[in-house]
Amino acid sequence: MTVSLSLDTPALPVLPLRRQRHLAGRATLLLAGAVSLCALLPLGFIAWIAIETGWQTAFALIWRPRVGELLVDTLLLELCTLPPAILLAVALAWLTERSDMPGAKFFSWLTVAPLAVPAFVQSYAWFSLLPRFHGLPAAVLVSVLAYLPFLYLPVAAQLRRIDPALEHAAASLGQSPSRVFMRVVLPQLRLAICGGSLLVGLHLLAEYGLYAMIRFDTFTTAIIDQFQSSYNGPAANMLAGVLVLNCFGLIGLEWVLRGNARYARLGSGAPRPAPPQGLGAWRVPALALPLAFAALSLGVPMLTLSRWLMVAGDDVWRQDALAASLAGTLGYAGLGALATVAAALPMAWLSVRAPGRATRFLESCHSYLGALPGVVVALALVTVTVRIALPLYQTVATVILAYILMFLPRALVGLRAGIAQVPVELERAAMSLGRSPARALLAVTLPLAAPGVAAAMALVAMGVATELTATLLLAPNGTSTLATEFWALTSELDYAKAAPYAVLMILLSLPMTALLHAQARKSLGS
Amino acid sequence: MRSYSSLALRIGVLAISLAAAGAVSAQDGITVYNAQHASLTQAWADGFTKETGIKVTIRKGSDTELANQIVQEGASSPADVFVTENSPAMVLVEKAGLFEALPKDILDQVPAQFRPTSGRWTGVAARSTVFAYDKRKLKEADLPKSMLDLADAKWKGRWAASPSGADFQAIVGALLVLKGEKITADWLKAMKENSSAYRGNSVAMKGVNAGEVEGAVIYHYYFFGDQAKTAENSSNVSLHYFRNQDPGAFLSTSGAGVLESSKHKKEAEAFVKWMGGKHGQAVLRDGDSFEYAIGNGEASNPKLEPIAKLDAPKVEPSQLDSKKVTELMTAAGLL
Repeated sequence: MTVSLSLDTPALPVLPLRRQRHLAGRATLLLAGAVSLCALLPLGFIAWIAIETGWQTAFALIWRPRVGELLVDTLLLELCTLPPAILLAVALAWLTERSDMPGAKFFSWLTVAPLAVPAFVQSYAWFSLLPRFHGLPAAVLVSVLAYLPFLYLPVAAQLRRIDPALEHAAASLGQSPSRVFMRVVLPQLRLAICGGSLLVGLHLLAEYGLYAMIRFDTFTTAIIDQFQSSYNGPAANMLAGVLVLNCFGLIGLEWVLRGNARYARLGSGAPRPAPPQGLGAWRVPALALPLAFAALSLGVPMLTLSRWLMVAGDDVWRQDALAASLAGTLGYAGLGALATVAAALPMAWLSVRAPGRATRFLESCHSYLGALPGVVVALALVTVTVRIALPLYQTVATVILAYILMFLPRALVGLRAGIAQVPVELERAAMSLGRSPARALLAVTLPLAAPGVAAAMALVAMGVATELTATLLLAPNGTSTLATEFWALTSELDYAKAAPYAVLMILLSLPMTALLHAQARKSLGS
Repeated sequence: MRSYSSLALRIGVLAISLAAAGAVSAQDGITVYNAQHASLTQAWADGFTKETGIKVTIRKGSDTELANQIVQEGASSPADVFVTENSPAMVLVEKAGLFEALPKDILDQVPAQFRPTSGRWTGVAARSTVFAYDKRKLKEADLPKSMLDLADAKWKGRWAASPSGADFQAIVGALLVLKGEKITADWLKAMKENSSAYRGNSVAMKGVNAGEVEGAVIYHYYFFGDQAKTAENSSNVSLHYFRNQDPGAFLSTSGAGVLESSKHKKEAEAFVKWMGGKHGQAVLRDGDSFEYAIGNGEASNPKLEPIAKLDAPKVEPSQLDSKKVTELMTAAGLL
């Protein structure tokens, strides 16, 4: 899943020189092509299994009441989660960016902070606090709390960027502030809302731990159930196929809703920052909203975790497994980040330096994976390695490959932004002095693009550190990560022993969350 | 500037080789595909390693998941030993012809009812099916006489189970052997109507305890395990044993076997022997797993209802068919 769809920075327009494309393009194009082929593997795999299973069996497995139930569940989840999440995100963004609410900046941070709490830790917090809380209402509440920042970040950034001139014009024509908001501001937030909603919607489809814990069945939980009952049988794979169709449906819907209206200002000049709107008597009561959100999304996990840590005492920190799985997590996060960024590099460079129809096609091969749930990627890799590439089966290499595929889109966005800031002239100078394109890229571009590279790595590492499903399905014998150990312990209802794992996951995710927040503000101009 | 990127490359190469080294070193000793509770097998492995010096690497998974995995891996499986919670998964691997015949001294450690006649694997522990009920809501007279009664419309919305778990699928396997396909399929259809699905036996028991449902079909030891800890999830729960050789009194055998493809057969056999032997069974008696010890003359935890009193139905373990069970459950819409 990509955090970063929403933080997309458009590539700087660089006139692609024919000669340069010729020089550096071919090798990079080949590399990017190879990565794209790998990226198409999960999709090709599902098609292959469907053909292999045979039309009749596949049809019987897809066209059954259980799939209908899951479809209804999934639709209900999307329909009940997205509207309140959008409302809440817009309200919070407006309060923190446009109003004179005290401590707006602080609350902006606080609203993004839940990103550091993995979704399945969020549901663990709620489930162990309120044991009877389950099903759709619980799923909706916890999903809103866990994923709201994905909507808040782009909406808040867009609010900062909007030119207030239009609003002033509308106000001067006698429109009331609320009408100005509805008719001028809200339409300009459409892109941000659509992008953020798509991201949240895809997360809802892909999430496993959250819904398994609070007993709400979705396609992803049903796929894991099937996997555990029959390993990679056709039933699991056909469910995965339906899940992929769901994802594509969601993307199509977003595409239709987004439309193609133009939102940028025309003409010269630069927008000035919008003056904060006075809340008057509402200035202090308005605090209730961000405070309530923080209490539910951060307070509840903190309360639950500290309760279990207190129950368990000091001993719970002295489990051998804790250190081992921390080391495992750090290792996988580091390796995964390095490998993913390396794999995304050729494509990122191409899309900045040589944009064109072919590169755009390759790029979409890279980024569609952001819409595929981890369980689909993992299921494909399990079967492919066990049937065709057995030496790779259950190896670190396969797990890393899964991480590369899953987090390629994240890496791409960070890298693109970084590379776009490197003057192309320096690269060309290096090449004209005899460096090969690859060496010029490594020696000149990469170090200058370091901030972007670092951000990309951090994004991937954060994803890996809290990844559950692919690790569960693919990891080599004896592997333990914070996420898998936490999952094993909570499955045995050992909430106290699980608490330190949750704390460590949160601590690991915090710096990356801060980085995301800072990046969202910076890249969209403050 | 160049040094940065080459440094990054070097770190990358180093990390990859470290990880590869880690993966290789895990291959020393034996690899156990474990579907039993992690803590129980860990206790067995620790005791065994301490006594013999043979290292044990454990891969976690569920019964049928790992069994199917072994079947797909075939001759190149990295597993040396397969340990399960229930028998159907063992049967799956046995049918694929992947188990090594066990020596007589290992088989003779447990009574014949706890191992298949083929002698390709053996039992190491057992677990009894129970109806865990909310003692605030149900009196003894209200309890179902047979597990089949739960298909009755009067039980609609009142009971729970964990259909995605291997435990419950083993119970369905026994039902299939005892009553045949028609009755089993009908019962599963009624179950889809009547029951709530939880993910995991302990979660189902927690649901009973919290008053969400009146009862749940689970195994006995989740109750005893929770009682021994904080009793937080079982304080309102009592156990009902169906007895009378009812399908609901099914006693499920946890199995262990050595794979034909194992490159460490001697060590693998030693581990299976150790689990079924005196020390391994003592782990069941003294530890906090609360599963039944089944070794000849070995005692179980004194808190448990004795096996002899359970009046369990006779089910030949090698007749349990997990594949058919999954099919029937998928058809009933439970999976």
